[in-house]
Amino acid sequence: MTDAIVAEAVVKTYGAVRALDGIDLRVPEGTVLGLLGPNGAGKTTCVRILTTLLKPDTGTVRVHGIDVLAQPQRVREFIGLSGQNAAIDEHLTGFENLEMIGRLYHIGAKKARQRAHDLLERFDLTDAANRPAKTYSGGMRRRLDLAGALVTSPPVIFLDEPTTGLDPRSRIGMWEIIDERVRSGATLLLTTQYLEEADKLCDNVMVIDHGRSIAEGTPDDLKRQVGGERVEVVLAERSTLDLASGVLKEVTGEPPAVDESELRLTAPATNGAKTLIEAVRRLDQAGVEMSDIGIHRATLDDVFLALTGQAVTEDEPAAAPEGRREGKKR
Amino acid sequence: MTALTLAFTDGWVVTKRNLIKIKRIPDLLIFSTIQPIMFVVLFAYVFGGAIAIPGVNYKEYLMAGIFTQTVMFGAGITAIGLADDMQKGIIDRFRSLPMSRSAVLVGRTTSDLLNNILVLIIMVICGLLVGWRTHTSPPEVAAGFLLLLAFGYAMSWVMAVIGLSVRSVEVAQTAGFIWMFPVTFLSNAFIATDTLPSWLQPIAEWNPFSSVVLALRDLWGNAPEGLARGDGFPADHPIQLSVLWIAGLLVVFIPFAISRYRRAAGR
Repeated sequence: MTDAIVAEAVVKTYGAVRALDGIDLRVPEGTVLGLLGPNGAGKTTCVRILTTLLKPDTGTVRVHGIDVLAQPQRVREFIGLSGQNAAIDEHLTGFENLEMIGRLYHIGAKKARQRAHDLLERFDLTDAANRPAKTYSGGMRRRLDLAGALVTSPPVIFLDEPTTGLDPRSRIGMWEIIDERVRSGATLLLTTQYLEEADKLCDNVMVIDHGRSIAEGTPDDLKRQVGGERVEVVLAERSTLDLASGVLKEVTGEPPAVDESELRLTAPATNGAKTLIEAVRRLDQAGVEMSDIGIHRATLDDVFLALTGQAVTEDEPAAAPEGRREGKKR
Repeated sequence: MTALTLAFTDGWVVTKRNLIKIKRIPDLLIFSTIQPIMFVVLFAYVFGGAIAIPGVNYKEYLMAGIFTQTVMFGAGITAIGLADDMQKGIIDRFRSLPMSRSAVLVGRTTSDLLNNILVLIIMVICGLLVGWRTHTSPPEVAAGFLLLLAFGYAMSWVMAVIGLSVRSVEVAQTAGFIWMFPVTFLSNAFIATDTLPSWLQPIAEWNPFSSVVLALRDLWGNAPEGLARGDGFPADHPIQLSVLWIAGLLVVFIPFAISRYRRAAGR
């Protein structure tokens, strides 16, 4: 299998800040790589370099087999980009936006109109097709922006935080659309702050922090490192701490982590919901009063905690380059 | 397709997009028309009585100046429009597409040229209403308008550099327009240059703005014999000098604007 996206030793600095500090990545054709990291980790900088919008200080980048630095214009024919803030013209209608993009990809006037119609229908925007995009909701703008990235059905797609700021329903809709592209054979690189999203969409995940890769692997690998799903109990009374601890150890086979101040016990839920049900039953039988019990799914925070021993820190200087153009809303 | 054809075909796509925007937000067009009309009324009826230019009807004298000022202010929209685009996400879209690198600028300056034509038509009607007339053959009158539009187009590229150099629409609004006042007033547009202090006279006479205004007066027959028009080369060859100025501005500012665009857009 050939690699659709290859980056080697990519460094980008802004003054003293190393926004990207030697990133290496490979995305095999037809697979999805997720860049996972907090704000300011360098995700957007990375996407901007891969999509010809930004030149790295050093390093090599190839997309669809083409050297991005030497032939940016050729690369642009094969990529689609949907950015963090919707790259659409809000005074143009949805249809006009997509038609314009088609024309600028040089697919011809007739085909551009046809694609615009098809995409608006596919993205559930037909009713709004002739309204200026500024009247669209946040979710509709994102869909229109993503549609813009798919006008030519490009073989390589870059999505920078495609679901950030979307409500849960729009997010699921977005996942379906992304999934469909992948099934039709596209290679995808997406950035996200959500482990759940990476788990759902990605074949491989790279966790980045301060412009460096701190972990790589399949979503399952990552979750395993973090400890997967856990059952979490919050007790009503301090006196039952030892008792509850003993019960949980029997159920899960491991002594739970205890947060004494919060009266919170956490243990691995190897069998997911089954473990939870068992724990509820046994704790109740033992007469332990609980103020809360549930399954805790690993989050980006957990990944960071597991990998760095620190919670997510949003680094201001590193965040700055992503909104580098002053006055630009990011 | 060669780079040049691509610049024009893609530029035309961007032009159409800008024209749609004029249609959707006509405010800019309305205000860019109100301002010159205000100047016509102000100078024709308020200052006109106080400014006497021997040998000519002041309203006829005035219009060439107002027209030139109009296209120059119209070119200011280029600065605002580009500053606006650069701030928005759409520029990232443009830059990630395999379109011509200069299409955004070609499209912007072209749509502003069309905008200028529209405003000029309104201004001509306005001029005719206050009593301005041409006294030359139709080809000469037409040549005058072509020169005027060419000047506006060249100024658009100057404005493009300003729009790409500033960091917000608000700054573009000020930076794009503030220097126009000394340029338009320190010229022969509203007054005869021989009324200026002697050390200012050469500056006003060599001002490219003055050359265009004088060229228009000659082409339209608004500069009768005996009109004080200064002396030397600018007075004798206003048309040739205007063409040279326009060519010079284009040669310098088109590449300048394109390199600015590449830099401002993060390349």
